[in-house]
Amino acid sequence: MAANILINGAIIGAIYALLALGFSLIFGVAKIMNLAHTAFYMLAAYFIFIFAYQLGLSTISSVALSIVTTTLIGVGTYKLFVERVREHETTVLMITIALALVFQECMLLAFGGHFRGAPSFISGYVELLGVRVSDQHLLTFGVVLACLLGIWVLLSKSKLGLTIRSVAQDREIANLVGINVGRICLITMAMAVALAAISGAMVAPIFVLEPHMWMHPLIMVLAVVVLGGLGSLKGSFAGAFILGYTETFVVFLVPMGSFIKGAVALAVMVAVLLIRPEGLFGVAFEEERL
Amino acid sequence: MRKGLIGLVGVCLVALLAIPACAPTKPPVETIKIGVIGPMTFVQGEHHWRGAVMARDEINEAGGIKVGEVMRVIELVKADSNEILSVPDAASAMEKAITVDKVDFLVGGFRTEAVLAMQDIAMDNHKIFMGCGASHPELCMRVAKDYDRYKYWFRVTPINANYLGQVNFLLFGMVSSVVRQELGIEKPKVALMMEKAVAAEPIVKVAHALAPKFGVEIVGDWRPSPTATDVTAELSAIKAAGAHIILTYFSGPVGIPYAKQWGELKIPAASVGINVEAQKKGFWDATEGKGNYELTMNMYARVKQTDKSIPFYDRFVKEMGEFPTYNAGTYDAIYILKEAIERAGTLDSDAVVTELEKTDYRGGGGRMVFMPRDSDIPHDITWGPGYVTALGTQWQDGELKCVWPPLGGAWEGITYEGTVAYKLPPWVIE
Repeated sequence: MAANILINGAIIGAIYALLALGFSLIFGVAKIMNLAHTAFYMLAAYFIFIFAYQLGLSTISSVALSIVTTTLIGVGTYKLFVERVREHETTVLMITIALALVFQECMLLAFGGHFRGAPSFISGYVELLGVRVSDQHLLTFGVVLACLLGIWVLLSKSKLGLTIRSVAQDREIANLVGINVGRICLITMAMAVALAAISGAMVAPIFVLEPHMWMHPLIMVLAVVVLGGLGSLKGSFAGAFILGYTETFVVFLVPMGSFIKGAVALAVMVAVLLIRPEGLFGVAFEEERL
Repeated sequence: MRKGLIGLVGVCLVALLAIPACAPTKPPVETIKIGVIGPMTFVQGEHHWRGAVMARDEINEAGGIKVGEVMRVIELVKADSNEILSVPDAASAMEKAITVDKVDFLVGGFRTEAVLAMQDIAMDNHKIFMGCGASHPELCMRVAKDYDRYKYWFRVTPINANYLGQVNFLLFGMVSSVVRQELGIEKPKVALMMEKAVAAEPIVKVAHALAPKFGVEIVGDWRPSPTATDVTAELSAIKAAGAHIILTYFSGPVGIPYAKQWGELKIPAASVGINVEAQKKGFWDATEGKGNYELTMNMYARVKQTDKSIPFYDRFVKEMGEFPTYNAGTYDAIYILKEAIERAGTLDSDAVVTELEKTDYRGGGGRMVFMPRDSDIPHDITWGPGYVTALGTQWQDGELKCVWPPLGGAWEGITYEGTVAYKLPPWVIE
């Protein structure tokens, strides 16, 4: 059972981490609480379905096109609806949740409430410590690690990363030293939406494709980033695995109660926040952010 | 001269205007308005509508419904209940269909909570409502408790939840005997994998009570949410528990990831029970074919339950591109209504109710007779040998085949033409 919990917890944690990564990134840099984040993941999954099943393109081409299309839509909606109200956090919350609902209704109109599947990259399974893990789950795990590594390299080793970090630390100072803060926020938004689209590509073959598929992940993503500390990438990573392992423990130790695994995970989040209100890697005061 | 020309033009204009008025006019066609109520943006509502359209077209092409001495044609009114997302929306849709659209009869409904609300509105307006989706016995128990108020309700599909439970165990009995024979296991181990839904509770309870009678051992209950998106952890736990059979109940979308992951991970346990998503043609694509060998209870399959079954099934698939689910029972419901109206010779609800109670109709879903007024569940569709039996259907290499009632008449001597043998998944045998 220990091996089962170890492996399944890691897989579920990786899925949550991939979803939370982009959300955390855009909040950390632009202070945008993008509640439409998982709606972009839903859009990406539908685009893969359209390109692969309706237009007959290969899975790889469908995924690539889907990521590009979703990112363009993300950038477009940011420019049209979010950029001008970026400083008003409550307005951003309302606009992004409204956008998510608009995307949902559009998909409902176009595809109806049918439950569908998106194509997998690979099929089959491998046995790890006697536990069967599907190749798609393993691939998702690998992609999470690759994305995390990629984001870390970008932020810590590149000039763009340095600029992004400067904006994240202090937008006013960054502006004073000549950094185009608006442009950096736009680039970060594009990166965040692209990460959501990658999540869609990886996770959609595992989950069910339907217009409301963004809602549950949004709750888990919010839980992950709040638990890890708003805007902290390493916090999101840690939070994702804590919630993933909590859910797996519930399934294996209380199988009758596996329907409450999400609620138990959220209860763990609440317990942690009671002890450390800023989250595991969050900052209590802006001055602490380095 | 000019005056004469103007006069001629005037006469011509008057003549032109007068011609249509003098022509023999076609009497206006009298209609019967039937409201089709269901969640129209979801597959359930689409099937409600398509079944009703098929019945309307066939009946109207044949001349319509004879009400007394007058032939009337059917006019369908689409009412989107949106009941999957909102029960209040369903009540509003029912109110509108009755008070604004002025429908004469109603067919449809899907979600029990919503149908209970819609039923009250229809009953208070004395409108006959033929249920084609909700399975809870309470809908018909209300008729027993307060006949005068609820007599306008009849359930056509599916069989009620108690009967669904019985069929579930008949399917389970068939699979457990195959497991015993083919795997040589005297006392198979069973995992209960049922979503956390009200309708699943009695099945879980009965499964535990009946396990000794079936000669099986229950190794655990796994109760994911109906909307769970990933059940690999549950399946890993079931494999670790050494189960040979998984008894399922899935009415929600969780049925897709379950079947996909069960097939992909080749969990060595036969899957049997209720998986509503597996009743649909799209299931094969949604699981990328990994749902092969999934066995689910069903109301329709391409087998000869009556002479109407296969023509109905084939036409539905041809026009809709989908297998009919129990919501397509609107097809039979409208034919049942037609016969009752013609016998009554009037559209008066009370007279039609009296005739509906005498229904003995052979439709696409079997022989349909309503439970009598003195039963616990009046106006419910009768289940059992010789009536509607329900079916067990299994995915076999891309086709949904009927496997229950089994070949050889092992259940009450019934086998429908077109039935095939149940197959254990090869990875279970290995």
